[in-house]
Amino acid sequence: MSSNKFINLLVPIISLLLGLIAGAIIMVGFGYNAVEGFKALWNGAFGDIYFIGETVRQITPYIFSGLAVAFAFRTGLFNIGVEGQVIVGWLAAVWVGVAFDLPMIVHLPLAIAAAAIAGAIWGFIPGLLKAKLRVHEVIVTIMLNYTALYIANHLVRNVITDKGDRTESISSSASLKSQWLMEFTQYSTMHMGIILALIAAVFMWFYLEKTTKGFELRAVGFNQHASKYAGMNVEKNIILAMVISGAFGGLAGAMEGLGTFGYMSVQSGFTNIGFDGIAVALLGGNTALGVVLAAGLFGSLKVGALNMPVAGVPTELVDIIVALIIFFVASGYIIRWFLSRMKRRENK
Amino acid sequence: MEYVIEMLNIRKEFPGIVANDNITLQVKEGEIHALLGENGAGKSTLMNVLFGLYQPEKGEIRVRGKKVKITDPNVANDLGIGMVHQHFMLVDTLTVTENIILGSEPKKYRLSIDMKKAEEDVRKISEQYGLKVDPAAKISDISVGMQQRVEILKTLYRGADILIFDEPTAVLTPQEIQELIEIMHNLVREGKSIILITHKLKEIMEVADRCTVIRRGRGIKTLNIAETNPNELASLMVGREVSFKTEKEPAKPQDTILSIKDLVVKDARKVDMVRGLNLDVKAGEIVGIAGVDGNGQTELIEAIAGLRPVESGTILLNGKDITDLPPRKVTEAGVGHIPQDRQKFGLVLDYPIGENMVLQTYYKQPFSKRGVLNFKNIYDKAKSLIKEYDVRTPSEFTRARSLSGGNQQKAIIGREVDRSPDLLIAAQPTRGLDVGAIEFIHTKLIEERDKGRAVLLLSFELDEIMNVSDRIAVMYEGQIVAIVKPEDTTEEELGLLMAGSKKQKVGES
Ligand SMILES: Nc1ncnc2c1ncn2[C@@H]1O[C@H](COP(=O)(O)OP(=O)(O)OP(=O)(O)O)[C@@H](O)[C@H]1O
Ligand SMILES: [Mg+2]
Repeated sequence: MSSNKFINLLVPIISLLLGLIAGAIIMVGFGYNAVEGFKALWNGAFGDIYFIGETVRQITPYIFSGLAVAFAFRTGLFNIGVEGQVIVGWLAAVWVGVAFDLPMIVHLPLAIAAAAIAGAIWGFIPGLLKAKLRVHEVIVTIMLNYTALYIANHLVRNVITDKGDRTESISSSASLKSQWLMEFTQYSTMHMGIILALIAAVFMWFYLEKTTKGFELRAVGFNQHASKYAGMNVEKNIILAMVISGAFGGLAGAMEGLGTFGYMSVQSGFTNIGFDGIAVALLGGNTALGVVLAAGLFGSLKVGALNMPVAGVPTELVDIIVALIIFFVASGYIIRWFLSRMKRRENK
Repeated sequence: MEYVIEMLNIRKEFPGIVANDNITLQVKEGEIHALLGENGAGKSTLMNVLFGLYQPEKGEIRVRGKKVKITDPNVANDLGIGMVHQHFMLVDTLTVTENIILGSEPKKYRLSIDMKKAEEDVRKISEQYGLKVDPAAKISDISVGMQQRVEILKTLYRGADILIFDEPTAVLTPQEIQELIEIMHNLVREGKSIILITHKLKEIMEVADRCTVIRRGRGIKTLNIAETNPNELASLMVGREVSFKTEKEPAKPQDTILSIKDLVVKDARKVDMVRGLNLDVKAGEIVGIAGVDGNGQTELIEAIAGLRPVESGTILLNGKDITDLPPRKVTEAGVGHIPQDRQKFGLVLDYPIGENMVLQTYYKQPFSKRGVLNFKNIYDKAKSLIKEYDVRTPSEFTRARSLSGGNQQKAIIGREVDRSPDLLIAAQPTRGLDVGAIEFIHTKLIEERDKGRAVLLLSFELDEIMNVSDRIAVMYEGQIVAIVKPEDTTEEELGLLMAGSKKQKVGES
């Protein structure tokens, strides 16, 4: 038991180290100074309070999209559609933020709820198709990503605005930005969303591990036959799992719409927040705490990367490092195999 | 060189438990060597060590006199050791031939698979050992008995001459068991050596040459079968006397609990399997369903439990219509169900055994309150059930998956019997259990009966049906064709009825 937990902790750390080492090798190989490069990366993420603010801002949507993927995964479903759920969530939040004029205490929760509901609907569709018709959720969610992208672009361009490229900015009563936070972080784009993200992580942990509903959802994910035998409604649970997962995705979009940007523009392509969520969930072992930590890593790398050109290293390199880490995590079982092999050797 | 296999002083530990503690097993060339022990005694573990799936902490393995290190199943294969597992490992969507050659395919020009040669090889081996199979059939379309033959062929195809069978007969019908015994005799005649795990003493007496008994991870004794008897084997294994005949008072049937009228149920292929069946079970009696597998028993039970839709007819429980209700409603109406397939239906293998103990009751007090689970109460309950039903597990937090097959079964039985439902459906409740546990479970079923519950027992073991039932309902082609009392009938007569003999229908009351 305890040695298993130890390995579970060790594997992502080794993956991370291997990724960083590989990154260093590449930097050196291309004639850059690896030490300077990593130093710039570190400073770019945590160098001063401004950078920390930027990093936290980047981490926020990653937590949500990671939770979305992880939640579905824990219930036996593979939600590739978080990307689409982010987009519809973003759109819904901004729409509510722009269209109404309400006191903040009503407006902000309403905009957030709109994002969650939009994402939930985007999760409901593949959930329903899976539950009733056994259509595989991966196919449906991938298609719904495109649907979301084009519908959102159409609505922004032709419905919310008149052939504009972006919506108006949301009214301040729907904004997650806080004057105090901005001042504290020397006018970074950090917003209050991080608190919501952490609450969401606690919610996911509690809901899955401690409630009867979570008990059912996980059981259905492991063994549908036994769940049905035990009197659980398998179809309902599949749908519920996708709805909650989708809501998390929608909330990731709200972070962008109500926090970082305050508007939505016509998207030329995917935001990648949803797709990165897959890697975040994987790296975090599909647990709430793991997702928060993994999102922290991803966000830091992403923001820190912006500072790497200071050391003469192209930002593309960081993408390679991130890709390498994902690669090592995805092949984490190789490391696991290696560890158990070493343990076996000791036993002999 | 007398022994083909020698496992000397093997020790294997799992977290919290010593599964094999200094066990020695020596198998002679050309013999059938039985391995006997209680549920969780460590038989499967020992065989997994021999097959290279587990590494022992201590001990030495010799194959044909030579000391070896079996680090993985490939090494075992190379040494000529083959294993037929308790739970089959076949690819459902592939054909018999494809499954057999999987992993050691004959190649044409080192590139493509030589299917012709493969089929030819498979046919040759299957003829040589009398293992009739259809090489082109899909696994999903053939019976469990056939699937087992495929597993055996798989090992032979890889050139195994030492074969391990882990509870091969637990999943077979009596007819298939006879065929398997024939096959084992053929294999030995062809010079193979066999290690056989089974809980059925009758089978050991019939086929084995020698038998090694293990108890709680320790080797107890190796005996010659010719010089022993079932009673000695049983008491060696359990460590006390075991009675094979369960004592019970005559039944005192009361009101009708379960009443089935003109029931029709289809199977997955939309074929009528239950065809207008009528059956009553009263409080205070055990009704045993006897029949050859495939006559609609599974469909009948799944229909009562709400797991399979009913085409027509009604199922009444205590006079209340429960036809086609969802499983939760059926459970709440007072039905308990020990399912035939424990790993598919009975357990969430990845949940701790403790949480499996509340699989149907987790949403009720005291296991949860306002939707929040109370793990203390759940695990307290689990702990007491584990104790009462002698489920051998390191702790209540152990995953169900790592329990031995028989202990998984005991856990399910404990859970279902403990709810003391008005109607208890027990489908092959003692499949894979040791004789001591079987005795215990039979006593439990009779206790439930004496508490005034109705028990519906499905079993393919005529012994069990005759021993435990108060009335025997013979099922044939989807109908109850006769109802007899065990004291008024014989196994021979039952056998005839199960084969559809009409003459006996007079016995129906
Ligand atoms: N992978 C595992 N991890 C942890 N414990 C295990 C594992 N496999 C077996 N055990 C434990 O080792 C003991 C022996 O199990 P094993 O499966 O060998 O029993 P068995 O003799 O085959 O019993 P049965 O007749 O019920 O199949 C059991 O207590 C079981 O819980
Ligand atoms: Mg076993």
